[in-house]
Amino acid sequence: MKSLEEINQIREQKRKELDLRVNLKANTREKHILVCRGTGCTSSKSPVIIDTFRKLIEEKHIENVKVIQTGCFGLCAKGPIVIIRPEDTFYAMVTPDDCEEIINTHIVEGKLVERLLCKDIDESVVHSLDELSFYKKQKRIALKNCGVINPESIDEYIAFDGYKALEKVLTSMSQDEVIEEISKSGLRGRGGAGFPTGKKWSFTKMAEGDQKYVVCNADEGDPGAFMDRSILEGDPHCVIEAMMIAGYAIGADKGYIYVRAEYPIAVHRFQVAIDQAREYGILGKNIWNTGFNFDLEIRLGAGAFVCGEETALLESIEGRRGQPRLKPPYPANAGLWGKPTLINNVETYANITKIILNGADWYNSIGTETSKGTKVFALGGNVVNVGLVEVPMGTTLREIVFDIGGGIPGGKEFKAAQTGGPSGGCIPKEHLDTPIDYESLSSIGSMMGSGGLIVMDDTKCMVNLAKFYLGFTVDESCGKCTPCRIGTKRMLEILTKICDGEGTESDIEKLETLAKNISKASVCGLGQTAPNPVLSTLKYFKDEYKAHVVDKKCPAGECKALASITINPELCKGCGICKRNCPVDAITGEVKQAHKINPEICIKCGSCVEKCPFKAISK
Amino acid sequence: MSNKEEITLTIDGKQVSVEKGTTILEAAKKVNIDIPTLCFLKEINEAGDCRMCVVEVEGRRGFATSCIQKAEEGMVVKTNTPNVIEARKMVLDLTLSNHERDCLTCSRNGNCELQDLCIKYHVQNVEYEGERTEHEIDDASPSIVRNFNKCILCRRCISTCKKVQEIGAIDCAGRGFESSVSTTYNDSLKDVDCTFCGQCILSCPTGALQEKESIEDVWKKLRDPETYVIVQTAPAVRVALGEEFGMPIGTNVKGKMVTALKELGFDKVFDTNTGADLTIMEEANEFIERLQNGGTLPMITSCSPGWVRFAEKNYGELLGHLSSCKSPHQMFGAILKSYFAEKYRIDRNKICTVSVMPCIAKKYECSRPEMEVDGVRDVDYVITTRELAKMIKQANIEFTELEDNDFEDPMGEASGAGAIFGTTGGVMEAAIRTAVDTLENKSIDKIEYKEVRGEKGIKEATLNVAGKEIKIAVASGLANARKIMEQIKENKSPYHFVEIMACPGGCVVGGGQPIKSSKTRSAVDVRKLRADSIYAIDEKSKIRKSHENPFIKKLYDEYLEKPGSHLSHKYLHTKYNAKAKYDI
Repeated sequence: MKSLEEINQIREQKRKELDLRVNLKANTREKHILVCRGTGCTSSKSPVIIDTFRKLIEEKHIENVKVIQTGCFGLCAKGPIVIIRPEDTFYAMVTPDDCEEIINTHIVEGKLVERLLCKDIDESVVHSLDELSFYKKQKRIALKNCGVINPESIDEYIAFDGYKALEKVLTSMSQDEVIEEISKSGLRGRGGAGFPTGKKWSFTKMAEGDQKYVVCNADEGDPGAFMDRSILEGDPHCVIEAMMIAGYAIGADKGYIYVRAEYPIAVHRFQVAIDQAREYGILGKNIWNTGFNFDLEIRLGAGAFVCGEETALLESIEGRRGQPRLKPPYPANAGLWGKPTLINNVETYANITKIILNGADWYNSIGTETSKGTKVFALGGNVVNVGLVEVPMGTTLREIVFDIGGGIPGGKEFKAAQTGGPSGGCIPKEHLDTPIDYESLSSIGSMMGSGGLIVMDDTKCMVNLAKFYLGFTVDESCGKCTPCRIGTKRMLEILTKICDGEGTESDIEKLETLAKNISKASVCGLGQTAPNPVLSTLKYFKDEYKAHVVDKKCPAGECKALASITINPELCKGCGICKRNCPVDAITGEVKQAHKINPEICIKCGSCVEKCPFKAISK
Repeated sequence: MSNKEEITLTIDGKQVSVEKGTTILEAAKKVNIDIPTLCFLKEINEAGDCRMCVVEVEGRRGFATSCIQKAEEGMVVKTNTPNVIEARKMVLDLTLSNHERDCLTCSRNGNCELQDLCIKYHVQNVEYEGERTEHEIDDASPSIVRNFNKCILCRRCISTCKKVQEIGAIDCAGRGFESSVSTTYNDSLKDVDCTFCGQCILSCPTGALQEKESIEDVWKKLRDPETYVIVQTAPAVRVALGEEFGMPIGTNVKGKMVTALKELGFDKVFDTNTGADLTIMEEANEFIERLQNGGTLPMITSCSPGWVRFAEKNYGELLGHLSSCKSPHQMFGAILKSYFAEKYRIDRNKICTVSVMPCIAKKYECSRPEMEVDGVRDVDYVITTRELAKMIKQANIEFTELEDNDFEDPMGEASGAGAIFGTTGGVMEAAIRTAVDTLENKSIDKIEYKEVRGEKGIKEATLNVAGKEIKIAVASGLANARKIMEQIKENKSPYHFVEIMACPGGCVVGGGQPIKSSKTRSAVDVRKLRADSIYAIDEKSKIRKSHENPFIKKLYDEYLEKPGSHLSHKYLHTKYNAKAKYDI
């Protein structure tokens, strides 16, 4: 148990110790080697890197150097990432074998390991993280501590203003003042729908009930999205603190965080954080003698996408099959075990402490008219800088994809970006300059969603894309209501038919009618938004659908059944590379003579197209 | 005066005032607007899953689910816009696309809620054909056949099993398109905790659930000149059979039923009510014995085979509380193959006994190994009220035009006490009429015990008989049965005598009775209409106490000697055995 005074002492002392983490000119003889222990870098051996560094430091009796695990730095494409502070040197794609060189050259000799320095989009070598164009347009609020602190140390969290917002709330603000502050900030739900957070808190506070609950939705299920995971892995205490502030504001003393079991690192870190907070007396009874009680439990999800839907999530926490409930009543009035319940997602909570400490006016000065603050996107697909980015609302898609993301690799063209995962829609080239916020995205047929942003180049077939997402929804539909249970299946069947070259024009009409009605008639958000990938690709790429059914061609060349791979005899030099690479021996031809593909044998895998040095083979 | 708040809303241009808390669906009914439903079953399944009942509410995004969503002051509802119609048609179309469409040969042809809606919405072809989920048919139990290729996942059966009966033998398994109603390990209903009450069948809007039919077996016996086929009909059948021929719910068609059974070719047509009188003689005697000699109390009735199966599967250690009496039709079957066979010199092996029952658990009951004497089965076949109606139709009989006839001698006479067996509280009331007279050693004027009548799940009464206080209880529905049993388990049961029926409301709404649509069940109290008709039969009866039935007196004089005699035990009593909940 620590008193408020003790916490403040820890803060003061630790902040000094950790100044080198954020200050290039920190007055210290220490060096911190920060190694990313997010899921991505962990899977590329960052734990071995940490062990190797520690072993080397011990063997070489090096003093004043600490190896620290951190959360995600964001630039996952360059992982595993190692950053050395205070000088902020950024080493990319480090392997355990590189550790010795880093220790010898950087730490001992004080020189840079040039070959491991990160290259920017323009191929220029950057020495520090802040120089990277990937970071220049970002503004880190939710991700503030990710990559800065050791997520398994409550002291490090406290050092960087941790639990200071809670102190402010418990000692100097009324419940209504807290809600007012959140309302004024303009923060909206980051789970996807964008409901004003302050309003939600206020509804839950006003609801009558002897017991209220605070729930954190960490059932991040969109394929490609991992911002919530990264926050839990990199800065778990900020979610705990925010849930406590919410608990105080609405009058709840109990919280649940629903995390998918597929996030073992996040679950572990969050549990460590809960244990530490309990040990310090931050979670528990009569916190800091203020009379406020709060405790928190983790509930593991079994991996159903639908459990990200708030009422299905509640069902699952209560121990039942994860199926949505009909709304109204909303959870604010009848949630967990029928009691008033506040549900926000991880990223929403990650903004709370900053709003409390810096004020609503600071927060609402960032962003657009209707969407305040920042949004974290998981940038993926055909883009150079795959990773996590946090940008102010209103940043354009072009800035995210090209300035931050570094554009499309392999000299290909941007075709579209999918936001909102399987519930969202695609955004074509013509809307690249749309400032991203909740309203603008829905006005062009997509949605913010939880923040997955998948970039597609011109080799991607949009019908096939819709098919992919529908396949996902069919697998993830809970089966409760008819439109989603059977309707999405029928949509997938029609899309498959079209991709297989067996579609007709009436299939496109059927698809559209079905999509519109499923949107309207489904019970929950999953079914209501499941047709979005189809509706938006139909809106922007109808010609591509038509090409599949009328011309029996897949313009992007991705649908195998419609592809016919041919060798242009004018361009073929008869080198034989295609023949050697064909897995089914479909290519024949004599050396130095034009080769031929037997369409009966060809499986349209495309490897000859890729391998041909003369670009003589096309789909 | 109702002190509840009234609200006014507009539905399809009509203003309607309703109590706060009324659903849009109910409010619409008040102004004669019939919003279609499919998964909705009043107070049992109000889930909004099927999406048939969607409506538009002015100023709201998306549809409202009228079966659940409450009407609000000033709401403007439109139930029949092109948008809504298109969505409903899509729902039907999608449902049909994953449905076995052999409607002409389906047991529910003509009484199918899905079929009715397709007619209503003029569905002419199935727009979105595609893959279908395929399920094996479970016909391994003696009572129920489950054909999930006809299941539309409305989950009315699940809610009935879970919420009404509190058994939970079935639930949804799998997800998305692969969802299905399943049992533990997807085993046959015969191997899980299902009691064969058959309430799920009554809830099913389509032909996914039905009784295991014995119609063909019975026809075969009727056509065999060597076999002497005797039929008996349970008290609840006569007040429901007419419904299958378009007659009002609860019409007593005893006379026409007897005529029809004769026309079908049964050699003798008897009344199970007579068997019920016999049961009362034995059961009242057993109760008095237990009461006077310190036997296990409370004694619990045993004429509901669904209840017996429930007790054997859940309360094996408390089976001593069950009366050892067989159920009325089993007793009667045993008497037909002994006393009757001997008296009329018919080879008992050539007699085939058929029971028409409002129940599907009776099919299981008659197949129980205990239900035979010296290798001769008490009852050979049980058919449900629905099956009898089908046989009558197959035989080209214009049921509604038939003249009335009476059950046949010498066993056709029954008391009003036997008649009321068909409804919850009836067995208790009948038993009390006899037990009280026996204990008081005189004929008591009080005949009706209204405290044990009515729809309440558990009814209690305290009687003063021969200076002794007797506490009785009547429970119907297995959820209530469980309450009674838990009380006994904790040694806290205050009762001496308890009646339990597996089906909520008793046999009048048993699993073998005519199936009423969700709409009908919302509009009228089917149980009450049928039960009222049964009480009317009792009221009109000349004899209203079982022990005053002259045939019963004769049977004891000529054959059984006295209740609880050696012969009684041989033919009329049985044993129970604890059973594993899951046989896997």
